[in-house]
Amino acid sequence: MTAKIAGAVLLALLFCVPFAVQSEFWLSFWLLVLMYAFLGQSWNVLGGYGGQFSFGHALFFGIGAFGTAILQVRHGVNAYAAGAIAIALGAIVGGAVGLLVFRYRLRGAYFALVTLAFAEVARILISSFDYTGSGFGMLVPLARGVANFQFEDRRVFYVIAWVLVVIGALVAWWLENSRFGARLMAVRENEDAAQALGIDLIRTKVCAITLSGAMAATVGVFYVQNFLFVDSHLAFGPAMSIEALLVSIIGGMGTMFGPLFGAVVLHALGEAAKQITGNAPGLNLAFYGLLLILALRFLPNGITGLLSRHPARRSPESTHA
Amino acid sequence: MMVNFSLLLPAVLNGVTTGAIYALIALGLTLIYGVLHIINFAHGSLLMLALYAAFFLYTLAGIDPYVAVLILVPAFFVLGYGLQRFVIQPTSHGRDENILLVTLGLAIIIDNLALWLWTSTTRTIDTSYAFEVIDLGFAFIPLPKIIAFFGALAFAALLWALITFTDLGRAIRAVARERDGARLVGIRVEHVYAMTFGIGTAAVAAAACFLLPTFYVTPQVGYAFVLVAFTTVVLGGMGSFVGALSAGLLLGIVESLGGLYLGESLGQLGIFVIFILILLFRPMGLFGARA
Amino acid sequence: MSRSTGNNLRITRRRMMAGTAGLGLASVAMPTVLRAQNQTLKIGILHPVTGGLAYEGEQSRKGALLALEEINAAGGIKSMGGAKLEAILADAQSKPEVGAAEVDRLAEAGVLAIQGPYASGIALATTQAAAKHNLPHLVDVGVVDQIVTRGLPNTFRFAPGFGKVTSFALEALQKINAAAGNPAKTAVIVHEDGAFGAGMAKLLNEKLPGLGIQVLQTLSHPTPQRDFTNIALQIRQANPDLIIPSNYKNDFILMARTLRQQRVRPKVANYALLGGAASNVAFAKQYPDAAEYMMDCNHWYNPTKELSKAFAKKVAEKGWDLTYEVMLNYSCMRVLADALERAAAPDRAKITSALASSTYNDHIMPYGPTKFVNGQNEGAQPANTQILKGNIEVIYPNEFASAKTVFPIPQNG
Repeated sequence: MTAKIAGAVLLALLFCVPFAVQSEFWLSFWLLVLMYAFLGQSWNVLGGYGGQFSFGHALFFGIGAFGTAILQVRHGVNAYAAGAIAIALGAIVGGAVGLLVFRYRLRGAYFALVTLAFAEVARILISSFDYTGSGFGMLVPLARGVANFQFEDRRVFYVIAWVLVVIGALVAWWLENSRFGARLMAVRENEDAAQALGIDLIRTKVCAITLSGAMAATVGVFYVQNFLFVDSHLAFGPAMSIEALLVSIIGGMGTMFGPLFGAVVLHALGEAAKQITGNAPGLNLAFYGLLLILALRFLPNGITGLLSRHPARRSPESTHA
Repeated sequence: MMVNFSLLLPAVLNGVTTGAIYALIALGLTLIYGVLHIINFAHGSLLMLALYAAFFLYTLAGIDPYVAVLILVPAFFVLGYGLQRFVIQPTSHGRDENILLVTLGLAIIIDNLALWLWTSTTRTIDTSYAFEVIDLGFAFIPLPKIIAFFGALAFAALLWALITFTDLGRAIRAVARERDGARLVGIRVEHVYAMTFGIGTAAVAAAACFLLPTFYVTPQVGYAFVLVAFTTVVLGGMGSFVGALSAGLLLGIVESLGGLYLGESLGQLGIFVIFILILLFRPMGLFGARA
Repeated sequence: MSRSTGNNLRITRRRMMAGTAGLGLASVAMPTVLRAQNQTLKIGILHPVTGGLAYEGEQSRKGALLALEEINAAGGIKSMGGAKLEAILADAQSKPEVGAAEVDRLAEAGVLAIQGPYASGIALATTQAAAKHNLPHLVDVGVVDQIVTRGLPNTFRFAPGFGKVTSFALEALQKINAAAGNPAKTAVIVHEDGAFGAGMAKLLNEKLPGLGIQVLQTLSHPTPQRDFTNIALQIRQANPDLIIPSNYKNDFILMARTLRQQRVRPKVANYALLGGAASNVAFAKQYPDAAEYMMDCNHWYNPTKELSKAFAKKVAEKGWDLTYEVMLNYSCMRVLADALERAAAPDRAKITSALASSTYNDHIMPYGPTKFVNGQNEGAQPANTQILKGNIEVIYPNEFASAKTVFPIPQNG
């Protein structure tokens, strides 16, 4: 419970950032934190609540990003409609991957590796065709205006990101309190037992990955509207996939505010590393890696575990992974 | 496409020699996976580190990379043992997701320390034999690649013998199969884990020594091989030695022919498509026996 | 790479860090203290010094810092009472979103202008972010022409863009070929499948036939490519007059070595387009055999000027690789300093208009007077180089040439 109160307080504080902070840099900083928090939440739906570790969440992010960019640039679709379609595409791709992968009962490391491979396949395909920008990537024309989903005032983007994080938290809350969520968590704890209880394993997992895909695609859409550029390496490369699982696991898997805590702490650590180590190329990231390992060493249950007396994710009955 | 079939045989031979390196890199990974059940994200970074070590042994001490095998294999064994015993194991608290993140953290540290210490300058060594070739009439096979091929085979045979015939090997197999049972019969599981990680890391060091004469080193170089190493492991069946070896050679050939007939960019696709198909339809790998 | 070079690099880096670490802290802790009372003029130097583009970013940073050092040693900006320039370094980590965030940080650290960030993808994000702060942003290099065609009034690009480089390269090739009696009639293109290689290849395929050169094969490869043997085999079979590579440094080195290993040579020439290492001194020195006669159309300095010779000497003394990133960023800092001099006030708007009206002409580059038209420096042009006896010589345009081209290359050399 403590973790939830802390999360709610943090959310409330974050809402005040654009109004209390004058600095554009810190606005950018917190904007990225919120964006990655929501990306982490999308991973958390599948990985934290569903126990299916994806190494390829960049796939869904990239579908969202390239989907909206291609629709806008190649077909002149309005930015909002393009975004909505791209999110739907993320859901469809999520569902399709899920149907294929879960039907063949891939789990654990196998599931992780197959998602990684799907993201790589997408990366290669996207960079192979002119229609998808080939090697150049996609550039959405700069045309500031509410109608184009390009806001002059970055605070608007900030508020959108904040709303996304709130929606993400509500999705997590729903998972914790709904029948679907209960089924999903049952699958996570023990697939055989869940099946014995009459839970449709494939259907449950496919629903989770569809939801997760749509959420990650939303981040892709958001990214493109912000930076107006995406290329196949940025979108489908391993960096995004790692970011998604990192914030989630560090924050506390299968918890409502875990990804938010994770994103805040990891990005704060990254910034601190930069300040401490100065301008030597690489040293700041090495230091960041060290802090990451120390965090794992001393916060075995993620940040949420630190805040609550009960360890995150593990329920008392399941001592065996 | 105007590809003539006269290129077929040279391309296959080239694939085999490249594949031997993939196999050697994958051997370490598959051993670590088979015993510890972890996907070691730091594998590519350790390869990079070993390439730098071989590079500096050559440029600073004049030690040929093929001789450096004798130094780097034991050195990286110790490094691997230490990493598992004193970093990964205490940090992961026995959880898979944490192990994953620890190896990820290690990769970030190693990569960026290398960048800081050695800069991102591309480094290569220029041995006297770098441009020697064996002329087969229909193809030139570079001497370093032939050495790498037989080196990889020899190292794989050595590892296989180690796992099959020694007490340590028996202990490793016991732990891989039934961890708790192994503990009950008095096997020190933590020690076996660390030995396994050490051997896996040593294999990477050997691969680096064979790779360096025909390749280059930068702090990013590991990523060129990580995904193909994962693919090799999966294709061969996670944890299977013979599998990794055969799969490495097979992948080398597929990549080479795919590159030839589909273009190098799309040829990469062949590797991942195989990867996905194997995971879906034969997750025990082509050669794996484990159910 | 020799041992001493490595050590020098390291020492320089430590010194740089000691000098700026504290500063970085202070500037973020007090973002509102914009006007430096002691009259230093802050310039943001933003490059990807970690991640995939670390080498290029680091080289760029060195060039900018070298010019900055010289400008300060020569008395700073005289129209502002000899105010010294102060570098605020930033790392774009080879990611656009990080680049954009760093622009915000630089803006708040009180920089008057930004130069960088080497890569197109990052430049698109950073110029956009700089526009919000009305910060003049001098883009060193970035092939994508949209960087300057989006109507951002604060954005200037110093180096020529994609269109200019390719049309120059084709014109040069035509002239060199004609001068030798048109020996080159066929070509194989080898290109990386990413940001610039793919576009280059497309353009070459359209234009080369017009020059009487038939494209036998177009071979694309990913970055990094683990093995070039197949490509070498295909080139050998096609047996072209020209090999036209367009790829990044590491792949270029690997390719050149593999070609040599497989005894593959073009009949007339290797003619690279923005070729990764064809104008990299380290490569030329380390693999004289593989590198000899390699031609490249790239950003390069004008070796005939005294100014350039002094510059090259300094770079050599520091033990750095003399690459175009160093040259371009050295030049950009000079162009910025000139704009500051004429703006005569630490004011972003004034600097922007001073840049827009720049006619700076003391170039080490083979450029005409600087002239920004819609942000693009129309005075900029690339040069054609060739590695001859282990040195990188300019062989075209003739007025900047330091050597005569060897074209076609001798066949049993």
